Amino acid sequence: MKARVTVTLKSGILDPQGKAIEGALKSLGVDGVASVRQGKVFDIELAGADRAKAEAALKDAADKLLANTVIENYRVELL
Amino acid sequence: MKSAVLVFPGINRERDMARALKLVSGQEAAMVWHADTALPNGTDLVVVPGGFSYGDYLRCGAIAARAPVMDAVRKYAADGGLVLGVCNGFQILCEAGLLPGVLMRNAKLKFICKDVHLRVERSDTPFTRGYNAGQVIRVPVAHGEGNYEADEETVKRLEGEGRVLYRYCSAEGVVDEESNINGAADSIAGIVNERGNVLGMMPHPENHVEDIMGCTDGRGLFAGLAAHLEKVA
Repeated sequence: MKARVTVTLKSGILDPQGKAIEGALKSLGVDGVASVRQGKVFDIELAGADRAKAEAALKDAADKLLANTVIENYRVELL
Repeated sequence: MKSAVLVFPGINRERDMARALKLVSGQEAAMVWHADTALPNGTDLVVVPGGFSYGDYLRCGAIAARAPVMDAVRKYAADGGLVLGVCNGFQILCEAGLLPGVLMRNAKLKFICKDVHLRVERSDTPFTRGYNAGQVIRVPVAHGEGNYEADEETVKRLEGEGRVLYRYCSAEGVVDEESNINGAADSIAGIVNERGNVLGMMPHPENHVEDIMGCTDGRGLFAGLAAHLEKVA
């Protein structure tokens, strides 16, 4: 089973990298970019086919390691 | 003073730290490997040194914070043992949940490697008793992610409880935007946990301990710890 965990900064947390990317896009002349926030994507392969178990394991992984929940939110998707 | 310096893959300041500890206390520090599950018996001080554990993969300090030795450090801290984290060590202690908040990318996105001035906010703690309250010391920083952030309530608590021990300032001791090198909340350079036995700081006091380094302002931190432990013993 394939899964994806997306980790993003919570709103209100300063994201200087996103800001730098935003500035670069503007200087490239890419139109209509209002703002950019940078995050991380983890593509994970899971052994077993139990979706509920997989979801619980991924949440555990995100809480324990993939995200720092002080500043980041995460979303788990089973693909 | 029996110190234990933790060693993680990618850490590179552990020898500077061990040298400073030996210089001030006269005792050789034990180097403790990240996969170890126990600290040496009779450890008086655990030091999490600076460097780039695991290449800063995922988030600075995130992987080191989950290493086996950190369970022993958590227990040691819960029993009241003294823990000092410098630079990557500060990031590791935050990731390990031993200190609140997080070290974000420097506000101006640049890696900063230079001497900075710190104001010692109080002198009545094991980590600052080698200084006077309000004293300004000069120590180096070398980090790309030292911008201390926590939610408003946490910062308020840190301030209210006097848990900010070191703050970035000018040579004259003025705390302002210009001297806040990395954009940290309230110019925070170093904080302690609620109990006051775990300190995390971004600057490197261990790199200003000998005349040959051009400055010995960092010595007071280690001398203060040694004096504190002597008094306790």
